[in-house]
Amino acid sequence: MLGVCVLVHLATIIYAVQGGLTGAEILARTRGNVAWAAFYTVFVVAVAVHAPIGLRSVLAEWLGWRGRSRDFLLIAFAVVLAGMGLQAVRGVFA
Amino acid sequence: MSRALALAHRLSGVALALFLPAHFWVLARALQRDAFFAWTEQPAVKLAEWGLVTLLALHLAGGLRVLALEFLPWRDWAKALAALAAGFAIFAGLAFALAL
Amino acid sequence: MSAVLKVRVWRGGADGAFREYEVPRRESQTVLDVVTHIQRTLDPTLAYRYACRVGMCGSCAMTVNGAPRWTCRTHVDKVAGDGRLTVGPLRNLPVIRDLVADMREFFDKWAHARGQFRGARTRADDVERVSPQSAARRRADAAIECIGCGVCYAACDVVAANPDYLGPAALNRAWTLVNDARDTGNDERLRAVAGDGASLACHTHMSCTERCPKALSPTAGIAGLKRAVARAALRGKL
Repeated sequence: MLGVCVLVHLATIIYAVQGGLTGAEILARTRGNVAWAAFYTVFVVAVAVHAPIGLRSVLAEWLGWRGRSRDFLLIAFAVVLAGMGLQAVRGVFA
Repeated sequence: MSRALALAHRLSGVALALFLPAHFWVLARALQRDAFFAWTEQPAVKLAEWGLVTLLALHLAGGLRVLALEFLPWRDWAKALAALAAGFAIFAGLAFALAL
Repeated sequence: MSAVLKVRVWRGGADGAFREYEVPRRESQTVLDVVTHIQRTLDPTLAYRYACRVGMCGSCAMTVNGAPRWTCRTHVDKVAGDGRLTVGPLRNLPVIRDLVADMREFFDKWAHARGQFRGARTRADDVERVSPQSAARRRADAAIECIGCGVCYAACDVVAANPDYLGPAALNRAWTLVNDARDTGNDERLRAVAGDGASLACHTHMSCTERCPKALSPTAGIAGLKRAVARAALRGKL
């Protein structure tokens, strides 16, 4: 799922950058665009779940951090990511 | 080769995780002003953007490799997946660089 | 080719140090020959292990220039390009003394992974018919030749980072039993190899597969275990 999102995102970025982009140009395409808004919302949620899971192994294996305190921090990080991400989506698509 | 790629996969993941909050913060604000885009024309920023695209491609390729190794029945070419993943990441990085 | 090798050998326990020896270089010399020469003619207090010296028992496994190898099967010409060698005990295991590592945790983890065969038939029953061509038996046969030398365990980064991780050899053995049609202990075994300390911790660095002197692929077996664990979890068996 996340793989598909990333591929789409990467392709979009490359396409957008190809012509050179101005803020107005991008916004013209994104404002009020429900389909893209939905896509990026899904993307944000998926990332907010995936990133902490990955960090969990890194924290355990490289910093020796295991247990509840680590998991608490990761959940907090997930919430922050989701929150900031959804704000960004709102900023771009609303 | 697999070990190097796995390490790159992990490091790119950490770098992306650290970058994401900044990315979201910037997006929420930047698209209000064109002045911001003048700032992004700086070569340092362009380099950073290229770095991030490459890191993402690397992380994606490494992740797909892990999924293939774990969910598809084992085959001899499984060992070559690391090289394939690295190749994809380089390709994506190049594509982005050329598009700039 | 230099006439003399400069060999650094680990001496002491965990807080020991490398000591340097000069060893005459010979044709077709192996690292085991070098270590043996040191112990027999230069320093009889050196402790090391070997048995068959022909690449069958795995006892002589040590760290040579940073990589775990069988010293009896490592030609000096292959590793000491500039006439220098560094020999130490296997990584990821406690050092007893000098080149001798404590293998107990290695075998304990083998047991934890339920690496023991448990059959249902007795001597009074007929022999179980297992086709060597069956897919499961072929999978088991591909992994069955492990002699427990510890090289994969020493090579593994996850073993180094995670003290609970059972390691490639133990999981490889569990995999051969999961594929053994005669074995009855699989529910328990899959439970043993699920989770953070076991198959799920493998990050597919493949150092084990790269270094195995018998060309086995624990990575393949562990991937198979991950699939088997996932299937069992979906069926509510875990």
